[in-house]
Amino acid sequence: MPKRILVKGNEAICRGAIEAGCRYYFGYPITPQNDIPEFMSRELPKVNGEFIQAESEIASVNMVMGAAATGVRAMTSSSSPGISLKMEAISYMAGMELPCLIVNISRSGPGLGGIDASQGDYFQAVKGGGHGGYHIVVIAPASIQEMYDLTMHAFDLAEIYRTPVMILGDAVVGQMKEPLIPHPKPNTDLPVKDWALRGKGDGEQRIIKSLFLGDGELEAHNWKLHAKYQQLKEKETRWEEFETADATLIVTGFGSAARIAKTAVMMAREEGLKVGLLRPVTLFPFPEKAFYAATEHCKKILDIELNTGQMVEDVRLSVRRDAEVFFYGRPSGTGSLPTPEELLGQIKKYL
Amino acid sequence: MPKIEIDELRCKGCGLCATVCPKKCIVLSEQINNLGYTIAVLDEAGGACVGCALCAEMCPDVAILVFK
Amino acid sequence: MQQVFKRPEALKDVQTHFCPGCHHGTIHRLVAEALDEFGLQKRTIGIASIGCSVFLYHYFDIDVIETPHGRAPAVATGVKRAKPDSFVFTYQGDGDLAAIGTAEIIHAANRGEDITVIFVNNTTYGMTGGQMAPTTLLGQKTSTSPYGRKSEKEGFPVRVTELLSGLEGVAFAARTAVNTPKNLMDAKKQIKKAFQYQVEGKGFSFVEVLSSCPTNWGMNAVEANERVGREMCEYFKLGVFKDTAGI
Repeated sequence: MPKRILVKGNEAICRGAIEAGCRYYFGYPITPQNDIPEFMSRELPKVNGEFIQAESEIASVNMVMGAAATGVRAMTSSSSPGISLKMEAISYMAGMELPCLIVNISRSGPGLGGIDASQGDYFQAVKGGGHGGYHIVVIAPASIQEMYDLTMHAFDLAEIYRTPVMILGDAVVGQMKEPLIPHPKPNTDLPVKDWALRGKGDGEQRIIKSLFLGDGELEAHNWKLHAKYQQLKEKETRWEEFETADATLIVTGFGSAARIAKTAVMMAREEGLKVGLLRPVTLFPFPEKAFYAATEHCKKILDIELNTGQMVEDVRLSVRRDAEVFFYGRPSGTGSLPTPEELLGQIKKYL
Repeated sequence: MPKIEIDELRCKGCGLCATVCPKKCIVLSEQINNLGYTIAVLDEAGGACVGCALCAEMCPDVAILVFK
Repeated sequence: MQQVFKRPEALKDVQTHFCPGCHHGTIHRLVAEALDEFGLQKRTIGIASIGCSVFLYHYFDIDVIETPHGRAPAVATGVKRAKPDSFVFTYQGDGDLAAIGTAEIIHAANRGEDITVIFVNNTTYGMTGGQMAPTTLLGQKTSTSPYGRKSEKEGFPVRVTELLSGLEGVAFAARTAVNTPKNLMDAKKQIKKAFQYQVEGKGFSFVEVLSSCPTNWGMNAVEANERVGREMCEYFKLGVFKDTAGI
């Protein structure tokens, strides 16, 4: 029996990152992700890593940029308002094609909002929250084990596709404890980092930049990035399906909302109702094909989110034209997290 | 005899070299280079260059080489 | 006959985009000479900033990363922590370092990061067309202070070297100029000294270099060069403000 440990989601991310070989963490305090810098400040020195509590979210993500440019695995974490501040550098790193991990244990907004679980940052995360029309890979874990496993996966994806990757969680998956089975990072074939800065030595000068002023250069660069996003859609889309084969209504949602929805789906099944769950694990690339396939036989989708409707736009773009998409969401604040019973009521309303 | 060579493709004609030449043997010519700048030249007639390299030190474009 | 002045190895043999008489070219050369002198070219990672300084990689034959406006010291921190055996310098203008990047420079300096910062102060935002900078002198007319900078409205020009010298983390700080052969030779000496601090692992080193910006000052190269001595050196005093190791 593999050893199980009881840890918070935030700690699972840290353990996954260190297991994945990340030795460089740069961050700034903000609730509800403080367990991450606290854990890293304690654990990284033990593995010859570097931890810096920076002067701001902006500085911390730029430190990630510097470390990542040398080819090492580096990360930062924050929560919604702090992620907004990091957007400048995330856009630059998307343009520079630098691999790194950004964790958003998001909170409710807009503005200072609150510290409750929320999914108000979906648009910001998957549509390119910074300027210039880019995407980064966005992964939404829904369990503590996934916080660990997907963090390791995130570092591999970042290197294979030379892109920033975001883990998008919230106070539910970040702060709750569940058993975690730690395991070594699976072996992955990773490309040689022939772009990393190292001091030119006897080789050619290497430049990492996002400014392209020559005739046609920037257009070519953007098409290259676009091709990468298409490749991600083809190869790296992940989702979970639960009881969808005979379902007449499929519930969807990501992260913490999907956890609550799954409980509601199980309650519905106990009542003999033909309900399933389709949970996107990668939000970018979005599992468009999974929704298209699912709506061949199931014509009703109910999307549950902790906001007033964001992912639902991607769901509507992905389903077959004869499928109906319903939405139930609650923009989160204190006391606004929906219960499984509440969601079961919604399921019955649309079934 | 000490001398300087001014790279006419690099000179932007700013004239800083001429301001520091202790022998006043650099002048701005009427000659226009490929970037449209009127370039500085060694006034051969002066023949007084001592190879002090002050002009080269001041040149923002590393357009002057000095031989001694 | 022997060549007594030549282009440094670390500086590519290319035409620069700098305006005639702009001191950026001179400062680039001095930095390249210092890289050559310590044999650093092969292990240097240069940190470019935003402004006329952005094209560092076109002119230096070294590895370079281009950074967001003002963030060069934070990026340099990440590079140096990840690769402590590399030689890391930032090259930043006054808009970049003394306005938008104030937090990053102060905290990198205060942490005593083992990096070198070359700070080019020309009292204006050059690349964007000569707007008012934090270092714009009182009374100086720029495209966004058309009536001249007034302390009542725009505050006073920031003396960055003095400011940083007050931080414990700063090992070496000097202000220099390249407007005369004498000042230029001193600038050369202080840049080399700053590099030596990093080579010997003695902590954060900082060299401010007063620079002209003929185009945006509306002067020819010779007039602009004279202004550096006449106006800038009066307010921004040259000298070594901190030299903890006494190298």
